[in-house]
Amino acid sequence: MYGAGYIFDEPNRKPLPEQQDDPEKLAVFEARIARGEKIEPGDWMPAEYRRQLIRLIEQHAHSEIIGALPEGTWITRAPGFKRKLALIAKVQDEIGHGQLLYNAAETLGKSRETMINDLLSGKSKYSNVFNYPAKTWADVAVIGFLIDAAAIVNQVANSKGSYGPYCRALERICYEESFHLKQGHDAFIELATGTPAQRTMLQDALNRWWQPIMHFFGPPDKASSHSEKLMQWKVKMASNDDMRNQFLDMYVPKIWELGLTLPDPALKKNEETKKWEYTDPDWNEFFKVINGGGPCNEERLQVRKWAEENGRWVRKALMQPGDKKAFPVA
Amino acid sequence: MNPEAIKDLVIKMADDELILGHRNSEWTGLGPVMEEDIAFSSMAQDKIGHAWALYQVLHEQLNGTDPDRFAFLRKENEYRCSQFVEMPNGSYDFSLMRHFLFDHAETVRYESLAASAFEPLKTLALKIRGELKYHTLHANAWVLQLSQAGEESHARMQQALNEAIGLALGIFEPSEHWEDELISGQIYPGEVALRQRWEERILPVLTQAGLSLPDLGRVEPIYGGRKGYHTVHLLPLLNEMSEVYKLDTEASW
Repeated sequence: MYGAGYIFDEPNRKPLPEQQDDPEKLAVFEARIARGEKIEPGDWMPAEYRRQLIRLIEQHAHSEIIGALPEGTWITRAPGFKRKLALIAKVQDEIGHGQLLYNAAETLGKSRETMINDLLSGKSKYSNVFNYPAKTWADVAVIGFLIDAAAIVNQVANSKGSYGPYCRALERICYEESFHLKQGHDAFIELATGTPAQRTMLQDALNRWWQPIMHFFGPPDKASSHSEKLMQWKVKMASNDDMRNQFLDMYVPKIWELGLTLPDPALKKNEETKKWEYTDPDWNEFFKVINGGGPCNEERLQVRKWAEENGRWVRKALMQPGDKKAFPVA
Repeated sequence: MNPEAIKDLVIKMADDELILGHRNSEWTGLGPVMEEDIAFSSMAQDKIGHAWALYQVLHEQLNGTDPDRFAFLRKENEYRCSQFVEMPNGSYDFSLMRHFLFDHAETVRYESLAASAFEPLKTLALKIRGELKYHTLHANAWVLQLSQAGEESHARMQQALNEAIGLALGIFEPSEHWEDELISGQIYPGEVALRQRWEERILPVLTQAGLSLPDLGRVEPIYGGRKGYHTVHLLPLLNEMSEVYKLDTEASW
């Protein structure tokens, strides 16, 4: 997981004045991107490009480490060895993705520590989907299958973007994600083909997660501002609606095949336009949750704060000057 | 060889691995640095994997029950883990010290089992031994680093050692009935010998770290786990572990 399509920006924020970018350099930069070249950390780049990328990669990184929490609480409760081992491995991968992404964002000049502090202060956001609780084991299956699937759609698109370090991190992440998807799909199928109680549990979880999943790719294109420049600079690689449509196309039939339902009577594919039609999810709810009003916002940040505060002495010790020896990476 | 004797050995080893694996997995998402988060999750996978493999030996070679059922459905007093592994994670200092003390004990155990007369254990030990090398490498590196990184960090590590040592000696609680038989049957060298080898492993690292190991002749080992006497911490752990599985023990999950 877990790069969501929607990247939060401060409301009404004015873009940095473009005149501070040397027009000749800007033209060379844009021509390089148009040719499909990758931009590397030492290369010249417009200030706004740097700012947007930091915002994007940082929020993606936060989503990985916060995203580990709802599933992580089920590791100790996973039913049986097979599920338990798969889930630990999966959640561990997500933390590893966080690490890769923080490293990628650091190449743009913002330290991991500053990014974590911004997460804890609420200045920097993460994917909204993790502000909902994983109530039962079936929620773990739904997250592992469908949220991971949604994230893959987004991350595969982003891996073709213009910033070299982010693309390389994403290539590795996507490779691991494809295993996560199998893990989630397997757990999902097991419940879908299980006892009546297991199926009910799964259907309930699916009903709970449908709106957050529809929110996952962000508001409809018609409501989204400033994405044209980001598309030109290959920071944003696909529109929210296109990604949502791709996801629905790939996964709704798989859900229906299993005899499960989705809580939207209007959901269907228009065979003429090849586009999916659906009831617009409640976007007010989406913005309310982004701004801290979701069921788990506070809990997620409190857990992260606990980890930061309790681990501070370790980080301080690692920075201790006059160490007798360098720390060997085991 | 009396299968009851071997079962006794395999069950206590497997239960230690399962319960400590569970504790290690609780660090996922909460580590002091992301790298340690990943390390503890990784070691949790290894430990739970070892437990699974040992329960399979029990199931397939010693006429035991299915590994999932055996691991998830026993009563609390049927578990044979040491009390050391049941203790809550506490702060990272205690978890790290437990990791150091336990994984060295585990290493000397599996090294000796690589020469066991019981073939299935021998085969397994040869594989697990290789994995444990990285666990002790990791534990040594962090114990050395944090014990020499300023006053607070050093004091925390010393305190963690003082708290953990009696519990750690509990790992070597001898089998109530089968110790002599297991030794003479060359299944394993016995708890006394393992404890001796363990002390020889940990002492040089602790000395280099500048930590003082309490006089082990005067530390009371905390026994009981191998007979089914556990701390108040085990039951809630087991209830949590089996919460989903017990919704329907006949279903496939």
